[in-house]
Amino acid sequence: MTIASIRPYGGTPKDTEDKFHGNRILYVGWDRHLMFYAPICFCIPPSMAFADFVAGPLAQAFGDHPQWAQIDWTKANWLRSNQPFSPDGAKSLHDNGLGHKEVLRLQTPDLQGIGGCAI
Amino acid sequence: MDMNAKKKLGLKEKYALMTRNLGWETTYEPMDKVFPQMDYEGIRIHDWDKWEDPFRLTMDAYWKYQAEKEKKLYAIIDAYAQNNGHLNVTDARYINALKIFLSAVPSLEYNAHRGFARLGREMRGVGPQVACQMQAIDEIRHAQTQIHSLSNYNKFYNGFHDWKHMNDRVWYLSVPKSFFEDACTCGPFEFIIAIGFSFEYVLTNLVFMPFISGAAYNGDLGAMTFGFSAQSDEARHMTLGLEVIKFMLEQDPANLPIIQRWIDKWTWRGVRLLTIVAMLMDYMLPKRVMSWKEAWEVYFEENGMALFNDLARYGIKVPDCAALIKKEKDHISHQAWNAFYTAGMITNFHTWLPSEDEMNWLSSKYPDSFDKYYRPRFEYYRQREKEGKRFYNKTLPMLCQVCQIPMLFTEGDDPTLISYRQIEHKGDKYHFCSDHCQHIFEHEPEKYVEAWLPAHQIYQGNCFAEGADPTAPGFDPLKSVLDYWHLDFGRDNLDFEGSEDQKNFAAWRQQATTN
Repeated sequence: MTIASIRPYGGTPKDTEDKFHGNRILYVGWDRHLMFYAPICFCIPPSMAFADFVAGPLAQAFGDHPQWAQIDWTKANWLRSNQPFSPDGAKSLHDNGLGHKEVLRLQTPDLQGIGGCAI
Repeated sequence: MDMNAKKKLGLKEKYALMTRNLGWETTYEPMDKVFPQMDYEGIRIHDWDKWEDPFRLTMDAYWKYQAEKEKKLYAIIDAYAQNNGHLNVTDARYINALKIFLSAVPSLEYNAHRGFARLGREMRGVGPQVACQMQAIDEIRHAQTQIHSLSNYNKFYNGFHDWKHMNDRVWYLSVPKSFFEDACTCGPFEFIIAIGFSFEYVLTNLVFMPFISGAAYNGDLGAMTFGFSAQSDEARHMTLGLEVIKFMLEQDPANLPIIQRWIDKWTWRGVRLLTIVAMLMDYMLPKRVMSWKEAWEVYFEENGMALFNDLARYGIKVPDCAALIKKEKDHISHQAWNAFYTAGMITNFHTWLPSEDEMNWLSSKYPDSFDKYYRPRFEYYRQREKEGKRFYNKTLPMLCQVCQIPMLFTEGDDPTLISYRQIEHKGDKYHFCSDHCQHIFEHEPEKYVEAWLPAHQIYQGNCFAEGADPTAPGFDPLKSVLDYWHLDFGRDNLDFEGSEDQKNFAAWRQQATTN
């Protein structure tokens, strides 16, 4: 459908990749850890290695949670756009196919939040 | 001397002369050119004379009523200020509800004024023109009286100092701001369905209840008085909202699907906006009026359904989103407070944990959800506070492209999982909190791709303090963003416990009540 307008109206997207100074937006949520009320919005260079992203910005964001240190990364799953995703830690975010405004969900089946209450 | 005194006009004549007879068929210019915005939304009106005025109010009578109300209101506001009425509120936590009110609502009222002023010009029929002009004046009066009533609090408490500046910038205030900008950029018919019908008619009680009854329950005579002064206007606005929808539906059967889509959209937009009101009712009023869930059941599930039953004869159906809202009513207030409590570093008001008594009240009002999902969260936060580790989330949230609320809502059937929705449009990805926000985007993507999402704007570098250099060594982005918002770190934000507001209120109340 198109917008009801008095003249043709295209709409100019406000958040295209070129506006982020070489970085990309990446959203990450940690399933069943709702101490973090919403998925987090990161702004990251696409050349950063996936493992560095996890050890750096992601750990900084989630590290305050007591279960962060307990994650067994061999059992953790990722979803990208709600579909299973297997990142290669050594490769960059770009080479892992993570485009601008991609959304990742971290799932830790053994850890379901504090007391198993999704906290 | 021939004193040929003229007989006073009767009400009926006065109404005819001062409303209906103010309009005429133009001859120098065709009517379609004089009213150029009447066609592009697809609404067909065949006979504007069929408009029935729900209230036969003429401008002169309107001025008289409003002037009387103003006089009473300002007398009470003065008395309240002179008697230090602010010290009579239940508890200084209550004042934080007013901070949200001031930074969100007068701007909404002002935009409602702009919207109705435009309709007063664009509506082709003289009946709705006059009604919209009156409503435009009402709305600016509401903005003004709210600002005047609350300015008293600014003398004593933090966070009230720059509400207009904050309304245009602070992250969570993009939610009410974008809601009304969406409405103001609609055509005139959609605007009046959005604001006049969906908001003023269907949802208005849910806004009034927490703020105005909330003010009364919590000893805030100032806020209560402007509320009651506005309420008589609201009754007129509701009547206009209902009249307008009936008029449009009766004019042409082709209007039905268009109007139905607008009702679906704006009921959902309105309910999303009311999330903050839900939180306010359940968490921020020291003396509760009723729970959000109870308010929803009375004002929407009972009264709202009666209204939709009434409109069923025109073919109008209950909006689809009602099913999801029914599931969410047990959760949204708790999820919103969880968000603001943990984001308390970037709020222009204080947050706190509910006391044990308050948690018991919440358990009794939310037997199916509070103890299972939310009490454990608050107990964990309490434990952290005791250990001196009060949790503050220092990150920026992912936002819904349409309602602009952080993605804090959970799946209708699983309150432990965030609801993620995503589509691709012209090569870019867009994210939504719900199917309903996604559908709104899909219908008019050109509009919502332009959303000014605070988290993204911060990352684009558009929200730093004036003159700041993000490349300078030691640049602190959070501090610079707070400066840009005019938010004073340590005074306006953080926990209520230990705040300047808390200390001042306690000291002043003691002064006022003891020797």
